[in-house]
Amino acid sequence: MEDIGNLMQGFAVALTWKNLLFMLVGILLGVLIGVLPGLGGANGVAILLPLTFSMPPTSAIIMLSCIYWGALFGGAITSILFNIPGEPWSVATTFDGYPMAQQGRAGEAMTAAFTSSFIGAFVAVLVITFLAPLVAKFALKFGPAEYFAVQFLTFCSFIGMSREPPAKTIAAMMLGFALAAVGLDTVTGQLRMTFGHTELLQGFDFLIAVIGLFGLGEILLTMEEGLAFKGAKGKIDLNVVLQTWKKLPRYWMTSLRGCLIGCWMGITPGGATPASFMSYGMARRMSKDRDSFGTGNIEGVVAPETAAHAAGTSALLPMLTLGIPGSPTAAVLLGGLLIWGLQPGPLLFVEKKEFVWGLIASMYLGNIVGLLIVLTTVPWWAAILRIPFSIIAPVIVVICAVGAYTVHNNMFDVAMMLVFGVVGYFFKKLRYPLAPLVLALVLGDMAETAFRQSMLLSGGSVGIFWSNGLVGTIMTLAVVLLCWPLVSAGLDLWRKRLRASESAADDAPDPAKAGKP
Amino acid sequence: MSDQSQEGAAATGGGLMTRWVELAVALLICAGGAIVVVDSLRLGAKWGSDGPEAGYFPFLIGVALLLSGGWIVANVLARWRKLAGSVFVEYERLKPVMTMLLPTIAYVVLIKLIGIYVASAIFIGAFMVWKGKYRALPAASVALGVPVALFLLFEIWFLVPLPKGPIEHLLGY
Repeated sequence: MEDIGNLMQGFAVALTWKNLLFMLVGILLGVLIGVLPGLGGANGVAILLPLTFSMPPTSAIIMLSCIYWGALFGGAITSILFNIPGEPWSVATTFDGYPMAQQGRAGEAMTAAFTSSFIGAFVAVLVITFLAPLVAKFALKFGPAEYFAVQFLTFCSFIGMSREPPAKTIAAMMLGFALAAVGLDTVTGQLRMTFGHTELLQGFDFLIAVIGLFGLGEILLTMEEGLAFKGAKGKIDLNVVLQTWKKLPRYWMTSLRGCLIGCWMGITPGGATPASFMSYGMARRMSKDRDSFGTGNIEGVVAPETAAHAAGTSALLPMLTLGIPGSPTAAVLLGGLLIWGLQPGPLLFVEKKEFVWGLIASMYLGNIVGLLIVLTTVPWWAAILRIPFSIIAPVIVVICAVGAYTVHNNMFDVAMMLVFGVVGYFFKKLRYPLAPLVLALVLGDMAETAFRQSMLLSGGSVGIFWSNGLVGTIMTLAVVLLCWPLVSAGLDLWRKRLRASESAADDAPDPAKAGKP
Repeated sequence: MSDQSQEGAAATGGGLMTRWVELAVALLICAGGAIVVVDSLRLGAKWGSDGPEAGYFPFLIGVALLLSGGWIVANVLARWRKLAGSVFVEYERLKPVMTMLLPTIAYVVLIKLIGIYVASAIFIGAFMVWKGKYRALPAASVALGVPVALFLLFEIWFLVPLPKGPIEHLLGY
């Protein structure tokens, strides 16, 4: 019950006029970012981060996290009206959202999407409110080995849960680690992989990578696809909203499933995108009229939106409690915390109570404000998308360049952003996942420090990672997740053989030989 | 997206083949891994007198990078026949990508030379006229409006200096 008291204090922090104003600005900017191609939650926050250096940290994080909520809302608008997912996690929303819009049910689809997003986020914030203090208290006992184990789990779950080929996930991740290692080694003072270039002394900043990979890379992809925005009219009036709200309680099971999938995928960093697909797939499999999915079934909008928002929001839980972000945007927010002089992790809950609870309270308020704003302002956002791409594209490139420069006031970063943009284009097209690269770049130094310290403690033996029940459990779980692609491939093979042998009905299947769990 | 590119097998005007791009990127990853390994060995990847040396962790990363790159290479070679018809990007579609990429490179060089404000104005204006076929007036209004807005936002309100060139210096900044 101590948490409730803390939360109330948090509301007192968040409910000042100034912070409410930042919230409003954040949501509006966020929806704008979510709607525009080439700008998304991660790079949008990265670009705006330098502007908040002079703000008080609590107001700054409230504004930046509201940009994140706004971007989550905004992605749904473009998916439904234009069949263009503004964000990767709203791809699944296009499956049924766009057909609904074509049938003239755009208002209904958007109300359903926004409301489910809101519900998903709300449940995730509840989870954060009650789970985060427990996790933080628990994590206070962590030593370096435990920290490394949790980070290892993070990366293994990427490999296990990713929709991309595992080899490419590993390659992208290792590339992130390698880039993180560039520069001055803080322990020994030696220069690593700088090859005599002073520009590389500081290493690569992940903010630059985020702006390049997600910003410029996306713009190049959009140019290739040659998008012509042909969209349905987006109009929402109170009548449609109320009628849709009357319908929505029917889909409570789908919502609940979406929330659970989303929270799970957000906390163990699977991320919002796989969560939305998984939830859509589940809803379809469990539904009575499976065939109507893909042709404008409102359940097909509810399922992915709930999960995406639940995942996007709960990704902040490991970021706050352990200092391990669950998504690229959470990683950028983590970078912000470090710049403002706050060390994320369990101690944050002890030392900076008003900050943590102010942020959590702002999540409740931000999502309510967000829902009201998007419901009332949809036509404006739809109008923005009608601006021709030959105006939007150069303006976004300019914004990316400014964002990259302001991170360190360094021209070299702008050039690096360009390189990352080209890399992003190729990686996206070849299905290399970008999120593990970014997270590895962020966590590289922390993971290395934790690894070194554990190695020091054990005198170089890997046995320390199985030295007690806690760390051993985490590591074992991580290894299982790491091998998950192999396991599931084995299971598939086994099932196939089973079926083949059943149809042939001669020799019995041999599970021991075919698939090893 | 990649599904589309794989379905685009019946290319009309030809294009970059997926298998070659896949192979090139995977080999680049291997090369990156090799650089990391070599540099880690230079720093020392063993156990020093006071614990792990500077190259200890990066060495492992480099090896993992090499292995994953090799895995992808093997995978591409194994599917070499199957990937035969798959086009990474048609030359026809590469053109718009280049019309975005090349001006952006020029823009970055221009920032270095004359500052970000003037460079942005030229970049936006030129792109709108050239690619969007806009008349001078609408192009100029966006091309001037964006840098002015940036100037107000960064230099005046948030006091974050952006790179400036001779023209800004003439104006006293």
